[in-house]
Amino acid sequence: MSLDKATVRKISELARIEVPESDLEPLAQELSAIIGWIEQLAEVDTDNVAPMRSVMPITHAWRADEVTDGGMQEAITQNAPSAHDGYFVVPKVVE
Amino acid sequence: MADMTDLGLLEARHRLAARELSAKELTEAHLAAMIEARPLNAFITETPELALAAAEASDARLARGEGGLLEGLPIAIKDLFCTKGVQTTAGSRILEGFVPPYESTVTQRLWAEGAVPLGKTNLDEFAMGSSNVTSHFGPVRSPWTRASDNADLVPGGSSGGSAAAVAARIALAATGTDTGGSIRQPAAFCGITGIKPTYGRCSRFGVVAFASSLDQPGAFGRSVEDSALLLQAMAGYDPNDSTSADLAVPDWTASLKGKVKGLRIGVPKEYRVDAMPAEIEKLWQQGADWLRAEGAEIVEIALPHTKYALPTYYIIAPAEASSNLARYDGMRYGLRVEGETLADMYKKTRAAGFGTEVKRRVMIGTYVLSAGYYDAYYLKAQKVRRRIVEDFEQAFGKVDAILTPTAPSAAFRAGEKMDDPVAMYLNDVFTVPSSLAGLPAISVPAGLSAEGLPLGLQVIGKAWDEQTVLDVGLAIERAAAFAVMPYGLG
Repeated sequence: MSLDKATVRKISELARIEVPESDLEPLAQELSAIIGWIEQLAEVDTDNVAPMRSVMPITHAWRADEVTDGGMQEAITQNAPSAHDGYFVVPKVVE
Repeated sequence: MADMTDLGLLEARHRLAARELSAKELTEAHLAAMIEARPLNAFITETPELALAAAEASDARLARGEGGLLEGLPIAIKDLFCTKGVQTTAGSRILEGFVPPYESTVTQRLWAEGAVPLGKTNLDEFAMGSSNVTSHFGPVRSPWTRASDNADLVPGGSSGGSAAAVAARIALAATGTDTGGSIRQPAAFCGITGIKPTYGRCSRFGVVAFASSLDQPGAFGRSVEDSALLLQAMAGYDPNDSTSADLAVPDWTASLKGKVKGLRIGVPKEYRVDAMPAEIEKLWQQGADWLRAEGAEIVEIALPHTKYALPTYYIIAPAEASSNLARYDGMRYGLRVEGETLADMYKKTRAAGFGTEVKRRVMIGTYVLSAGYYDAYYLKAQKVRRRIVEDFEQAFGKVDAILTPTAPSAAFRAGEKMDDPVAMYLNDVFTVPSSLAGLPAISVPAGLSAEGLPLGLQVIGKAWDEQTVLDVGLAIERAAAFAVMPYGLG
């Protein structure tokens, strides 16, 4: 299936990546080519095949409910583009 | 100086232990090589002060007859591993200047074993690529050139800086990570050895995530035994990574004998892909002949879903990447570009911070996970992935290891294959299936192309059987006796 400009615009919104209007058409063609190539998977019979999420069997590990780490506000905010008093500074979201 | 940088990791270790060589001398020789080889752009961040301090500490321990597995040995770290107090970028503008407040488990283990940190190596942005041209910090140049000209060649990717650094004798060994071939393909292109262990063998804690169900740290060296030694130091259970395996790490180096007598080696007929160059086919046949001469039995096997591995990978990996890279939002770390609203800030930050290939993959991933397409693409890919895994399970009922070429070509020029993403993805045709199955695999340099460039052979093993992979790899290494130095060096 081929992706049109509107679909690419919608994906870029979902992915939170700004795409200039002039790039939408070339990107639509590029992504369509990749998706078209991927669609050969439809040939594979996967009836009654369970999806594989991980090659490692994930066993739920139990541990004591104890604090093992923490108290490092400064280390955590040291790379923030903007931080104040141990907090991340973000734009106002709620009026 | 040159002979010091040409030592093997094990050989250097013996000389340090015998005090024929000091860690300081060895480190200084490598730091000098690093400066000389700067035109390769193999490193994003050099850490000479840390290296010299570590070397002096190693010399003190060695003088007391102490020291870890890698005591005093200068190595390079792919810039995807978080290193406390040292910039970690993942090759991306969005992480430029990011200084982790913590250490990845793998690098923590290496420092605990006495390794000397030369610096952080260049890579494709977020490890997405097969040529190391997508790095925000510029492409890496391979130390190799074709016999006929001096044109720049790619080192392969995504761990291109690590592979180039080891091939160019800047580092004795280096770490890499492999999601779909990112250790094995650059190892083949650069004429060195690279091993990706079983998924779960090395902790992913502190490794910048690309596709979590596939990402696995591994090792580069100039020989099979060097790669085995580095991997041994990297591997082991880590409670901080829920997919890390609670298994003891075998002493691979001590057990390594290179004996293949009586082993059954599978050759998958589906790997004879269309348009495979005759020289690759010939090398593969040569590899099988070498192993047969050493007493192995060569068996043709079927891996019927091979042709579906790449499209499966290019759904699963971008899908996981689109989730993993959602964290780069300009709020807690990395680049921030101001905008009018919060959403606007996110979009501008990510548009400026991510390169073309990363954006492409995040958008593909977003699409295949979006409402209405999830079942058709993502769920379908997860089901085909199980088919691919089942192919390997059946094959390993009959054979002990599988022999294939590592890549469908030798290294190419920067700029070639760049226009068509699908053509670029085909580089990983032989490495992706075993990645999807989480299996251990090694690439060993086995010969030269007509153009005089290294070609690698890949050995794939059963889950947790790195030992057989290493032994078959060593048998190939001995038979091939690959001893050509990169022409670009001299």
